[in-house]
Amino acid sequence: MIDALDQLFSYQFMQNAFLAGTTAAVLAGIVGYFVVLRGEAFAGHTLAVVGFPGAAGAILFGLPQLVGLAVLCTASGLGIGAFGQGAVRDRHAESAAIGTIQAFLLALGFLFVSLYKGLLVGVYGILFGTFLGITRDQALLLLAIAVVALAVLVVIGRPLLYVSVDGPAAAAAGVPVRALSIGFLVLLGLAIASTALITGALLVFALLVMPAAAANELVVRPGLAMIVSTALALVIVWSGLLISYFTDLPIGFLVTTVGFVIYLAARLARRLTRA
Amino acid sequence: MQAATHDQEAAVGTAALQLEDAAVSRGGRSIFRAVTLRVEPGEYVAVLGPNGVGKSTLLQAILGLLPLTAGSIEVFGRPPHQAAGLLGYLPQRRSFDSSLRMRARDLVRLGFDGNRWGVPLPFAPGGREVAKRIDEVLEVVGATAYSGRPVGELSGGELQRILIARALVRRPRMLLMDEPLESLDLGNQQAISSLARDICRTEGVTVIMVAHDVNPILGDLDRVIYMAGGSAVIGRPEEVITSEKLSALYNAHIEVLRTSDGRLFVVGQQPEAISYHGHD
Repeated sequence: MIDALDQLFSYQFMQNAFLAGTTAAVLAGIVGYFVVLRGEAFAGHTLAVVGFPGAAGAILFGLPQLVGLAVLCTASGLGIGAFGQGAVRDRHAESAAIGTIQAFLLALGFLFVSLYKGLLVGVYGILFGTFLGITRDQALLLLAIAVVALAVLVVIGRPLLYVSVDGPAAAAAGVPVRALSIGFLVLLGLAIASTALITGALLVFALLVMPAAAANELVVRPGLAMIVSTALALVIVWSGLLISYFTDLPIGFLVTTVGFVIYLAARLARRLTRA
Repeated sequence: MQAATHDQEAAVGTAALQLEDAAVSRGGRSIFRAVTLRVEPGEYVAVLGPNGVGKSTLLQAILGLLPLTAGSIEVFGRPPHQAAGLLGYLPQRRSFDSSLRMRARDLVRLGFDGNRWGVPLPFAPGGREVAKRIDEVLEVVGATAYSGRPVGELSGGELQRILIARALVRRPRMLLMDEPLESLDLGNQQAISSLARDICRTEGVTVIMVAHDVNPILGDLDRVIYMAGGSAVIGRPEEVITSEKLSALYNAHIEVLRTSDGRLFVVGQQPEAISYHGHD
């Protein structure tokens, strides 16, 4: 077993995959806590879908995939924020803006793919995830993005929590509600771009929502919930990568399945401890 | 925005709240005008009146979130934006999402430092004092027993106590509450009102509460601000809630009926414009 692991980490592509996976898990675990708290899973889903044209466009124009993902995901986060957020957060305006942006960009992705006329395998990886193609440069770029995003989150974390839980009270306490809500969508875009590199655009929730939702079942303290959420995201990524390496099953399927099992177990644990 | 200490009070006799000929418009529409009133420190005052008359708007103006279009407003002798640290505020709210998995005391904590940048470090100095202050304020509102439960699982009455604790945690000198009794049963309405009175008496906090129905709080109140017809009057409940005063305010014939147990009912010719102070 030890030998097998030694061998695994002697491959640079596995080193890259673990570095990128670990980075994405930490970012997604923490950002995911706020996604669940704010009930912004739909916005998250849209930014994830936007990852498809982002990555496809990057391939078409010969850019690194992560650059395309990050640019389009953060830009869409800004767009959703700008269209959907008035002085007060309006869920209806927001969901209408989200749906509009999602449909348009998905079509854009389709256009990029048909223009590229390349191998469909690339599209498959964009949608459902792959870890074979992650280069050292991509992994390091991902690390840089995550460090910046987490640094911003450390600065805005407490007021963001206040706004997420009780906007009117936070506004009265002088918290810039609108700026924080838009800022969070940009961070969400970065987290999703990072996650999509591993899980694919369609399975981003495996790291972004499942660990945070499971953590919410297990603990009720915000700080602790973020730690548990991050730990679960790491378990999901690492076990997904290992199983994928040894079985050749697709990584997107594995992380999602591990995440799903963890979520179910967390719900069951809460049900049992309550009774 | 640190809470100012009590010895910063300018002079004896400074009003907690002073409006002179104050007017507010929103989107070109006048909400109220020519409002002149004075609330003394430590008073318990209810803001009454029909829906849409500007009761919440008055609170927004006191908080400095909405500028006056005419006249002046002073909170403890200062313009509202300089008095923000002296105010605790409960926005109008029926409930939180039942799935909100956050302890009640975490919500109180947000009232203490939720508006500050950065995140609290686990073993930072001062953390113990914050925890002590939160325990203290939970005790004041009688919420210690359920402060560890998730917010989403609290009853309406329990939640209001937690929200009052959150508004009090930074030792404000004035507590502004927007319809805190809405959607509570009668027993809880009276319990929250006597809590507000106790906070006035023992903590010396001025309480201004927007209310829909005066009856559950009538026995606790010092004075009422009655808003109608684009203006407002202030006085003791028995002075203000009278047929003559309200008829003048509404500019319509209004009758105030008093039941044998002392409850008040306001009845008018334009029922759609007038709130009936009866129990729903």
